[in-house]
Amino acid sequence: MDEQQRLAYWRANTALIRNLLIVWALVSLVFSILLVETLNKIQFFGVPFGFWMAQQGSILVFVVLIFIYAFQMDKLDQKYNNKK
Amino acid sequence: MSVELWTILIVGLSFALYIYIGWQSRVKDTKDFFVAGQGIPSIANGAATAADWMSAASFISMAGLISTLGYDGSIYLMGWTGGYVLLALLLAPYLRKFGKYTVPDFVGDRYESNIARVVAVIAAIFVSLTYVAGQMRGVGIVFSRFLQVDINTGVGIGIIIVGFFAILGGMKGITWTQAAQYCILILAYLIPAIAIAFILTGNPFPQLAFTFSDVADKLNLIQTDLGFAEYTKPFANKTMLDVLFITIALMVGTAGLPHVIVRFYTVKNVRAARFSAGWALLFIAILYTTAPAVSMFARYNLIDSLHNRTIEEVRQLDWANKWEKTKLLVFEDKNNDGKLQLTPNKDTNEIDIDKDIIVLSTPEVAKLAPWVVALVAAGGLAAALSTASGLLLVISSSVAHDLYYRIFDETASEEKRVFVGRVVIGFGLVIAGYFGVNPPGFVSQVVAFAFGLAAASFFPVIVLGIFDKRTNSQGAIAGMLSGLIFTSFYIIGVKFMGMTPWFFGVSAEGIGTLGMIINFIFTLTVSRLTPPPSAKIQALVEDLRTPNLEES
Repeated sequence: MDEQQRLAYWRANTALIRNLLIVWALVSLVFSILLVETLNKIQFFGVPFGFWMAQQGSILVFVVLIFIYAFQMDKLDQKYNNKK
Repeated sequence: MSVELWTILIVGLSFALYIYIGWQSRVKDTKDFFVAGQGIPSIANGAATAADWMSAASFISMAGLISTLGYDGSIYLMGWTGGYVLLALLLAPYLRKFGKYTVPDFVGDRYESNIARVVAVIAAIFVSLTYVAGQMRGVGIVFSRFLQVDINTGVGIGIIIVGFFAILGGMKGITWTQAAQYCILILAYLIPAIAIAFILTGNPFPQLAFTFSDVADKLNLIQTDLGFAEYTKPFANKTMLDVLFITIALMVGTAGLPHVIVRFYTVKNVRAARFSAGWALLFIAILYTTAPAVSMFARYNLIDSLHNRTIEEVRQLDWANKWEKTKLLVFEDKNNDGKLQLTPNKDTNEIDIDKDIIVLSTPEVAKLAPWVVALVAAGGLAAALSTASGLLLVISSSVAHDLYYRIFDETASEEKRVFVGRVVIGFGLVIAGYFGVNPPGFVSQVVAFAFGLAAASFFPVIVLGIFDKRTNSQGAIAGMLSGLIFTSFYIIGVKFMGMTPWFFGVSAEGIGTLGMIINFIFTLTVSRLTPPPSAKIQALVEDLRTPNLEES
């Protein structure tokens, strides 16, 4: 990798991290805590939605986020790895 | 066969399995001893991380805490899982690329400073010791109830088992043992949870039964009838700001815990580190999405089977009898009406349930077969022992590798370093045993200290070490010290000196978040006021950011 490629790789990496962290903060801190009272007005089957987000939904999103990161980085690695 | 016999059988068999694995993967050289030879496949490392991570607090105490806190218990659920996102995205791949043995290694090399290394070592030992203290109490609780032995004897047995595979097998032995312990603990957690979900709702999947049933509605109703807040109502016990701060502190603390970070040194390459974090969280999520269901069902069940019954009726319940003997469940008919009432008021409440017994008693409350009860005991022990051994290894490597080898004797031979590592584990065991016999407090509360301290000390310097080239040693030292000192003072002040939580009422558990912010501010400011790091370090940081693809 030359200097320019290295920078491009790093920029793509940090952009991906930023986007995923925005989702991370939205589902946990914003939806499950700051807006929980508003979201609780929506009924999600047997439980209030905000409560469900805090106790189940956010955890499921977290798992998905890490795997998205791992797979996206695989793609990025391949794109910048000329030897492969 | 009785519960006691089953317990001896299942616990005995699981221990035999751990010891066998520990013996099979015994090691001699430092790389095997401290980072398992860096050859652990990512799924196995994920399972080991999950077991290492899910301690007595997660297994025994967490569901009980959520059970009494209702919505406010979400701090543990989100906090202890959300941190893995930070870990996977911001730390794990880069630390694996760095590829040494410990967290202080990274701090010391990145900041070219032995002072920074020593500060990191002190923080690592401090955090791990606080954490290990909680584990031994968990071991004591499980043994005293299920083997009907004295707590001290239980702690003793635990120490011998942990000592055996930690001293013999080092990180390699621990990793494979932990993968086995994960299987035991998750089975032990799921079987009773599935049974209870099925009995209460007819749906065998706890996660689905949690949502697609009317238990939440019914529980909300009973709770308000008894004078409690609705189970699903937010901020009944803690303010919104406190919930936010505690959740962030637990998340960042999780990402900064040395015994979790070090796990990502043990995999083959950067790519394996990324996937390993995903596997770890998936394995953790299986337990963490079950826990809120267990909490809700257990709360409903307990109120249903104890409230408004006569003492004679309650004493006919076998489980109530046994737990009453351990004094973790106390009945007292204060108003002499012959019936027991559960109320939020201390003066009128007649049923006192220790939060730690919720998970352990669930299978008996639901009248499950004795072997399930025994399996839960084995699961609780697996959770406590796997975490204790992971922590002891961090303490061992911090002293043997970072202090002894890197600072005092750079010429020490491999054998000598492994020997020192083993001796340190021995010392660590003695201290852990002392805490087990003289428990410093409630399991989850003690663990919360470790998180606050990890959040306030490690996380900022590692993240900035990777993402900000300008951060230098002066900044890192100032940041770690300020974060550590502020957080310790606040926690000790509030917990032991009777200080009122003066920062907008934020509790001791949540103050790590502010400690972390202080750390960030100090690190960034001091770094900008002092000379930038050397060209060599700038190149090292560049190198960290590019994964070594040829290796993979």
